[in-house]
Amino acid sequence: MSDASYLSLQKLTLAYGDTVAVPDLDLDIAKGELIALLGPSGCGKTTTMRAVAGLLPVKSGHVRLDGADITHVSPNKRAVGLVFQSYALFPHLSVYENVAFGLKLKGLRGAELDKKVRSGLTSVGLSTFADRKPAELSGGQQQRVALARSMVMEPKVLLLDEPLSNLDARLRLEMRTELQRVQKETGVTMIFVTHDQAEALALADRIVVMKAGKIEQIGSPEDIYNRPVSSFVADFVGFENIFPLENGRLRTASGLEELSSQPPSAAGLAWRPRMVSLGTGPFRGTVRGTSFAGDSREYLLDTPLGAIKAEVEASAPAHPLGAELAFDLPAHKAAPLSTFS
Amino acid sequence: MNSNTLARSLFIPIILFLVIAFLIGPFLIIVAASFSAGDTLAFPPQGFSLRWIAKVFTVESFRASFGMSLFLAIGGTAAALVLGIPASYALSRYKLPGAEVIRTVVSAPIIVPGIIVGLALLRYIVVPFQVGITLALFLAHTALVLPYAVRVVSASLDNLRSDIEEAAVLLGSSRTGAFFRVVMPNIRGGILSAFILGFVTSFNQVPVSLFLSGPGVRTLPVDMIAYMEIVFDPSVAALSALLAFLSIGIVFAAERFLGFSRYV
Ligand SMILES: Nc1ncnc2c1ncn2[C@@H]1O[C@H](COP(=O)(O)OP(=O)(O)OP(=O)(O)O)[C@@H](O)[C@H]1O
Ligand SMILES: [Mg+2]
Repeated sequence: MSDASYLSLQKLTLAYGDTVAVPDLDLDIAKGELIALLGPSGCGKTTTMRAVAGLLPVKSGHVRLDGADITHVSPNKRAVGLVFQSYALFPHLSVYENVAFGLKLKGLRGAELDKKVRSGLTSVGLSTFADRKPAELSGGQQQRVALARSMVMEPKVLLLDEPLSNLDARLRLEMRTELQRVQKETGVTMIFVTHDQAEALALADRIVVMKAGKIEQIGSPEDIYNRPVSSFVADFVGFENIFPLENGRLRTASGLEELSSQPPSAAGLAWRPRMVSLGTGPFRGTVRGTSFAGDSREYLLDTPLGAIKAEVEASAPAHPLGAELAFDLPAHKAAPLSTFS
Repeated sequence: MNSNTLARSLFIPIILFLVIAFLIGPFLIIVAASFSAGDTLAFPPQGFSLRWIAKVFTVESFRASFGMSLFLAIGGTAAALVLGIPASYALSRYKLPGAEVIRTVVSAPIIVPGIIVGLALLRYIVVPFQVGITLALFLAHTALVLPYAVRVVSASLDNLRSDIEEAAVLLGSSRTGAFFRVVMPNIRGGILSAFILGFVTSFNQVPVSLFLSGPGVRTLPVDMIAYMEIVFDPSVAALSALLAFLSIGIVFAAERFLGFSRYV
């Protein structure tokens, strides 16, 4: 086992009956890494998590963890923790008993047990809630109990399935920091599922973008944000203006268009709204919509190329609806895409 | 208010009164009759005494059949739960082929008249296999209570998320361990409700027991019928009243402590 493949999924194929949900997945994760699994609904994120946890039998391929093949190890012997999106707290047990559940099964008793449970509860800021039942907690608090319950087991890998999706924006931000802190403190290898790109970018060491059961791109947040490899990833991380490239020209709604400068060779090009230069350039468009976002303003333009989204500083003079504007898609700013779908 | 609206506003209360009188009336009559001082079962009661209530406890056959009924109600219900809990669990957690058919078959004894169930058991099980009377009664009561057990336990299982079992497994428990550690404690209310419902159903059961009773082995309701054919004193009324109060007490306690009606 090399350090880079502490957890390793090898040619993993997962199916429900005859329907293959994840075909031939390969993924290596280093010890202590925080990985975000990002992708649209139904792309196989939960399926993959469940297979790593051992809750879903593997159709073919292997799961290796810490040097051992755990493909057929039963879920209670894997040392893999899973925080469910629904928390899955035991309703009949107190917060304290929920956290103690796994430790007791490990054979911990008395003062040692108490010490671990207390420190687990303290680390998620719930030490004063030990005697409450799950039903008497808010969603965010339940979430933290679920986290503590898995963390105290000191799993080799902790999986989190959309751990923040049921929280309001403020709590989500709080829990995000919390997760990151706990992960850095304990050094546990963590994979969390999300379909929120901002969350993935903010938290992860590496992001895995999935599409229809396959990995579309793996990379650092910077890679994913600045250098998407495909139109799918570009679209997912907020490039609003995406065009295929044919012989150095853009394929648009009105046919092939020449760019103002020589583009790199690629299957397609993508621009974020703020990469579009508004006011000068070879293209013209009509303002169809505008939205103000504090320090910036976004325009939706109707153009011969199709719809274009452009973002400018809010301090720049505003253009009314219907105004005709010149704009440019600078080739040197565009993200080159190696696959276009 | 003219007479028309007066009639209309009285209509509902009158109907309601009649329905309640119809439901509770016989019970009140029996209670009243059991305090009679006379020698025959009659209403209105003649005088007031507790002697028939006292007599209930001295009739030897009542004691024996009460014991038998109690045994059947407790044992039969317990057996039905031992079968019914795993069955309900399988029905609610696994996508079994033909789960609906199984549910229907399991509920059959609720729908089929007791006389037919009794006759069928007698004709096709008891006689050909030479099953003893007590065992036959026990099997019959288990079968009768099973549908209630499955229905009530299923209802509480359906209200319980299944991911807590997976959570328990990931925390180191075996599948079976997860069932006992996190499923059972959370359906305890449903199991207790099923037990009480099953107990009352079994205890009050007449038609099936009638077919299967034999010399010296009878359930209490069957014994009461037999007794009434010979003696027509108010002790049967007294016994009925006592049993009714027992049932009411149990159901009331169940509702009070378990929210019983949620499960039925
Ligand atoms: N129990 C199941 N039986 C059959 N097919 C399933 C089952 N669960 C999921 N699938 C299918 O497998 C595919 C992947 O589902 P999965 O739940 O892994 O998606 P996901 O990425 O977690 O989506 P979401 O973001 O909505 O949670 C989907 O096409 C889904 O329809
Ligand atoms: Mg999912």
